[in-house]
Amino acid sequence: MAKVRALTGNHAVSEAMRQIDPDVVACYPITPQTELMQKFADFYADGLVRTELICVESEHSAMSASVGASAAGARVMTATAANGLALMWEIVYIAASTRLPITMTVVNRALSAPINIHCDHSDSMGCRDTGWIQLYAENSQEAYDHAIMAVRIAEHPDVLLPVMSMLDGFILSHTMERVEILEDEQVKAFIGDYTPLYPLLDVDNPVTYGPLDLQDYYFEHKRQQIGAMENARVVIPEIFAEYGNLSGREFDIFERYKSDDAEVILVCLGSTAGTAKVAIDELRAGGIKAGLVKLRVFRPFPHGELVEALSGARAIAVLDRSASFGAEGGPIHAEIRSALYGRTDIPVYDYIYGLGGRNIFVDDIKNVINLALEGKAGEMNYIGVR
Amino acid sequence: MAGINLKELSKKPDLLSGGHRACSGCAATVVLRQILLAAEDPVVVSCATGCLEVATTIYPYTAWRVPFIHNAFENSAATMSGVETAYRALKKRGKIDREIKFIAMGGDGGTYDIGLQSLSGAMERGHNMLYICYNNEAYMNTGIQRSSATPFGAATTTTPAGKVVPGKMQFAKDLTGIMVAHRIPYVAQTAPHNYRDLMGKVRKALSIEGPCFMNILAPCFRGWRSKMDDSIETSRMAVETCFWPLFEVENGQWKLSYKPKEKLPITEWIKVQGRFKHLLKEENKAMLDAIQKHVDERWEELLERTSGKPSS
Repeated sequence: MAKVRALTGNHAVSEAMRQIDPDVVACYPITPQTELMQKFADFYADGLVRTELICVESEHSAMSASVGASAAGARVMTATAANGLALMWEIVYIAASTRLPITMTVVNRALSAPINIHCDHSDSMGCRDTGWIQLYAENSQEAYDHAIMAVRIAEHPDVLLPVMSMLDGFILSHTMERVEILEDEQVKAFIGDYTPLYPLLDVDNPVTYGPLDLQDYYFEHKRQQIGAMENARVVIPEIFAEYGNLSGREFDIFERYKSDDAEVILVCLGSTAGTAKVAIDELRAGGIKAGLVKLRVFRPFPHGELVEALSGARAIAVLDRSASFGAEGGPIHAEIRSALYGRTDIPVYDYIYGLGGRNIFVDDIKNVINLALEGKAGEMNYIGVR
Repeated sequence: MAGINLKELSKKPDLLSGGHRACSGCAATVVLRQILLAAEDPVVVSCATGCLEVATTIYPYTAWRVPFIHNAFENSAATMSGVETAYRALKKRGKIDREIKFIAMGGDGGTYDIGLQSLSGAMERGHNMLYICYNNEAYMNTGIQRSSATPFGAATTTTPAGKVVPGKMQFAKDLTGIMVAHRIPYVAQTAPHNYRDLMGKVRKALSIEGPCFMNILAPCFRGWRSKMDDSIETSRMAVETCFWPLFEVENGQWKLSYKPKEKLPITEWIKVQGRFKHLLKEENKAMLDAIQKHVDERWEELLERTSGKPSS
């Protein structure tokens, strides 16, 4: 039976890590992730996990050591945020391209400069093309659930790609919420034992990791990697369904909230989806048929399914918590428009919001939806910026 | 050094296959074969991006007959610290029971420069690994650019001997000293012409619990502008001139490994290398003198630390 606990997002993820009990965890502090690893270090120090904890000297080395440990044949986890993710970027790409099923929690925080410790999605959105599967959490419960499911997705033999699970810095990471925690045995049974395919530590069958790969093979390896990401489209819903049965919570690649008959659909991800649900309820009470599509899986991007979910609307409003400088709108907007292109001509309005932790309120979202419905929004808009 | 028996070694399998793409006359692969031959237990090796990695692993081929991982340029030590941590984790869970040794490698660029933080972190954490720098004194893989291991006065493609600036204007970083300052159990310097010294030190380092570091001179005739068949000779002359002394520091105890019968002037080493050609001009004599002075001072310092007697 599940236990109900009052936990911060960071603590919820560290609980998931305790239950997963990975072979190796690489740890390095950065706000707002620090508390997550501190809590895990408590578990380690008290002998509640069998993990070997490696306290590295930088995020670059956190990901480098994760690559080494994963290639060696271990189940590996780490966590970071913002500049830490930016520092490890080179190896983030290498981890995916070496097909190592590492899982990492990213506690979303704005990238420098100027330095800022609060939430936006510039860090993980900057990694959207690194070849990692990306899951975004609305609340601490989902952050916990995603951390567990990520292990299964990453290690699936048809996938073998690392998974990045996001939760919003401070808004979720430092806020106490009600979280249902599965029994340790349930989690252990769900994730199962990890059997690596070509471990470095199999000294009787030596393998070479990370060779020089030139014009004659590199392209084929990239094509296979693209294929693995495509395979994840099939694998992810299966694992979501299995975990749904276990936990009693439902997981879709994206969540449809009152969107089936909606005239206007808001698309967003992360904790803002919670605020958006309140806004939509209030608008519906006033007779406006508004709905929400909350993205959970951003990579692979569920373009086909989204076309089906969005096609009935008259207008679509997208909320992007990161900028894509010089592009037409933020990253989510670009994906949505690309998905809809040639299939529908519903107007899609983009709203950049919340950079550096700027708050977004229910009224902001109601305003966005109203303007989209009335066709009064520009193609690119900003919420709450002076 | 005890334990290095040629007859016995000749019976051991070569763990680096032939057919790799290193230059003829490359000392780095000679160094590597000596390392692999010296190891008694199974080893897992990592290597930073560089000549050695590139020449031995062109897909779909690999010259490595031991498990090998290349991750990136600056993180050979961090990568191996992950491998070694995984080994301890899996051993603890009873998933592996073999005795395995771990060797991280990098060139001087990947060790002295871009990989220094990663190396320092891995040594401080106390991983059971041997880090080996194969030191050819410049970024040779990208085409002979200066590193912080490049000697004073040497011409490289980023410190050319020009009309105004005659080569590199800084002395090499004392990386071996920096590693000694980490107070790890074992630090050593060696060179491939003295294979007994090199292999004995590798064997000793692999038998020691905890992090060990070796700095191995690996002459690169392309970058040093010396003769293709001279790499072992330039290695020897680096030691006979006391430019590259052979020594070890075991648990803080400094030991001289070899003392030349007659210390040769540095010009004997310099004159066979085109990278120093400009130093032989009359107008650059002061630079040559500065190098000799630097070598002399460092050698005296080492003699003082080791009581001047080579250990047996």
